[in-house]
Amino acid sequence: MAVLSMIEAIRGALTSEMERDERMMVLGQDVATLGGVFRATDGLAARFGPERVVDTPLAESSIVGASVGLAASGLVPVAEIQFLGFAHLAFHQIAHQLARLRYRSQGRLGCQVTIRAPFGGGVRALEIHSDAYEAMYAQVPGLKIAAPATARDAKGLLLASIRDEDPVLFLEPLRGYRLVKDDVPDGDYTVELGQARVARAGTDVTIVAWSGMVPVAERAAETLAADGVSAEIIDLRSLVPLDVDTIVASVVKTGRAVVVQEGPMTAGFASEVVTSISEEAFYSLEAPVARVTGPDTPYPFAAAVEEYYLPGEARLVGAVRRTLAA
Amino acid sequence: MTSRSNTKAAPAHRVDLEARVGKAGERHVPPILLPDGTLAPGAECPLGDEAVIEALVLMIRSRLVDDRGVSFQRQGRIGTFSEARGQEAATAGSALALDPATDWVVQAYRELPALLRQGMSLTQYWMLFIGHPDGWAFPADVNVFPLQIELGTQLPHAVGMAWGLRLQRRPGVVIGYFGDGASSEGDFYEAGNLAGVTEAPVVLFCQNNGWAISTPRQKQTRAETIAAKAAAFGIPGYVVDGNDVMAVYAVTKEAVERARAGGGPTLIEAQTYRLGAHNTADDPTRYSAKEEREDWERRDPLARLRTYAINAGLWDKERDEELAERTYAEIDDAFREAQERSAARTPAMLFDHVYANPPARLERQRRLIEEEEGLWLS
Repeated sequence: MAVLSMIEAIRGALTSEMERDERMMVLGQDVATLGGVFRATDGLAARFGPERVVDTPLAESSIVGASVGLAASGLVPVAEIQFLGFAHLAFHQIAHQLARLRYRSQGRLGCQVTIRAPFGGGVRALEIHSDAYEAMYAQVPGLKIAAPATARDAKGLLLASIRDEDPVLFLEPLRGYRLVKDDVPDGDYTVELGQARVARAGTDVTIVAWSGMVPVAERAAETLAADGVSAEIIDLRSLVPLDVDTIVASVVKTGRAVVVQEGPMTAGFASEVVTSISEEAFYSLEAPVARVTGPDTPYPFAAAVEEYYLPGEARLVGAVRRTLAA
Repeated sequence: MTSRSNTKAAPAHRVDLEARVGKAGERHVPPILLPDGTLAPGAECPLGDEAVIEALVLMIRSRLVDDRGVSFQRQGRIGTFSEARGQEAATAGSALALDPATDWVVQAYRELPALLRQGMSLTQYWMLFIGHPDGWAFPADVNVFPLQIELGTQLPHAVGMAWGLRLQRRPGVVIGYFGDGASSEGDFYEAGNLAGVTEAPVVLFCQNNGWAISTPRQKQTRAETIAAKAAAFGIPGYVVDGNDVMAVYAVTKEAVERARAGGGPTLIEAQTYRLGAHNTADDPTRYSAKEEREDWERRDPLARLRTYAINAGLWDKERDEELAERTYAEIDDAFREAQERSAARTPAMLFDHVYANPPARLERQRRLIEEEEGLWLS
């Protein structure tokens, strides 16, 4: 056990898996010589050589498209897209090719491919770097989506994702790369996709969050605790598969729920969570389920207004208080 | 295939590198089989006798399948159908340069002769057009990527697969087919660029048939040829008469051998013409000139090879009739089998193979539809 940052945990998982599985390769922009713009792949090229750690041309569609072919040939590619916003340049390859090849070939050709992409705001980046677009990918049949909030889960989920025969979009909270630090077990372990985590136990209200919103929920829960409110936090850890059972068990217990996401409100993944709660825990609810989300605006590229966009502790605490008062 | 006592082995043909060179360095492969079915002066047939017959049989079979396919569509027995008519030499010639045991075809959608050469069954082909998932399911010994419907999107797959084979020190070469229209797609440029950088053993093979539905080749690019774009990828580019099955074979064979030997990718532009419609929903008389279509009818690649084979004593009218009779019977048997197999439909066909390890909620959706199955089909 060691305290590691999220980026260290990711790097450790990539390294140990390349050691374990000779079929695995890493490809993407700046992943080899530079070790990734966030250093997630630092040291891999020196250790595993240029055939297994590859700086590709700056072209997202062929990074994903080539990964489809590499996987069909029997390799296990782990592709890095530098920021999730730029994955739109590969959206057709992800949604129509990567996620469908198993079905299209009726099981003959699989796509054991993991696409790693940082996302989310709070780092004063330029336009398109910060957008939380996970809901767009959650509508893609055949794809799985992991979104860890802790370093421990980042390692375990990344190992599970790489080993999963299905393609996985592995979302990494940009703001948490170095801010998130926690105990990471040594050695090999996986965190199963589709199992949410009770990040904090509570009895009065359920807060559902994932990735970069989990630390926000934890701070809000601390503030609420000082007022005598016991909030339970469910960290989804993966959006597809979605662990509805854990969410429902919590809401049945608390009777109230608030779902928080970074992305714009309309048709966001929070809507999916709210719907699932209303389908399966409606008669346990004592108040309408609330959403706390980014507004339906472009993510601002002016750092001055980023704080208005991102759901923060104060907004979440306010929503919880309104839910409790309802 | 009938073996003949006077069978001649294939000569060691090399593409004439002194051929005409385009503005961007792309080489125009000299003709071998002329439109009248004779060999160009000084040219030698690069195919052995058996391979000439194999090419001819592939092309005839493809043409007969097209005939039946259009008729089945008109009768409402299959969905929209696309013919390979007029383009058979481009795909038969290029596919003959492959070893089906190790090499892969990544198809666009107008490559029936290549699919047949790789070993696809006609039953599977009909199931695709009837609309059954097994139409996509190439058996393990048929090295073909399943049909996907976006344009150019398959080319990065071809490059990735070729790159992966090379990384694993496996012997295969991959041919990625696309059309003149798809050469305007971004994925073509990304794939060509990545192929060059990775030196993947891939042949990017453009069937330039002059028309992307109604859009003529001149509106796709101002470049002199599509092969000219190879210069930007740093790889060799060739233009070949796509209706000259021998020249197509020769240039593809050389590209495949180069790729297999570690010499990297090649871009080939086969200039051909779609004698049929884009598909059964299309009407070429709305955009192409009658004279143009008639001119290309005179350059029909199938008539050309048939004439050559007859003159060479490799083929005759009787064989032609016997092949047609046998092929029609095979087509109709395959269609019957495809119809029988396609009659079975279950909710499992929606859900099987979407995931290797499906999410629990998808399994719940499956159970729901299975429980309601009686309602749907009643």
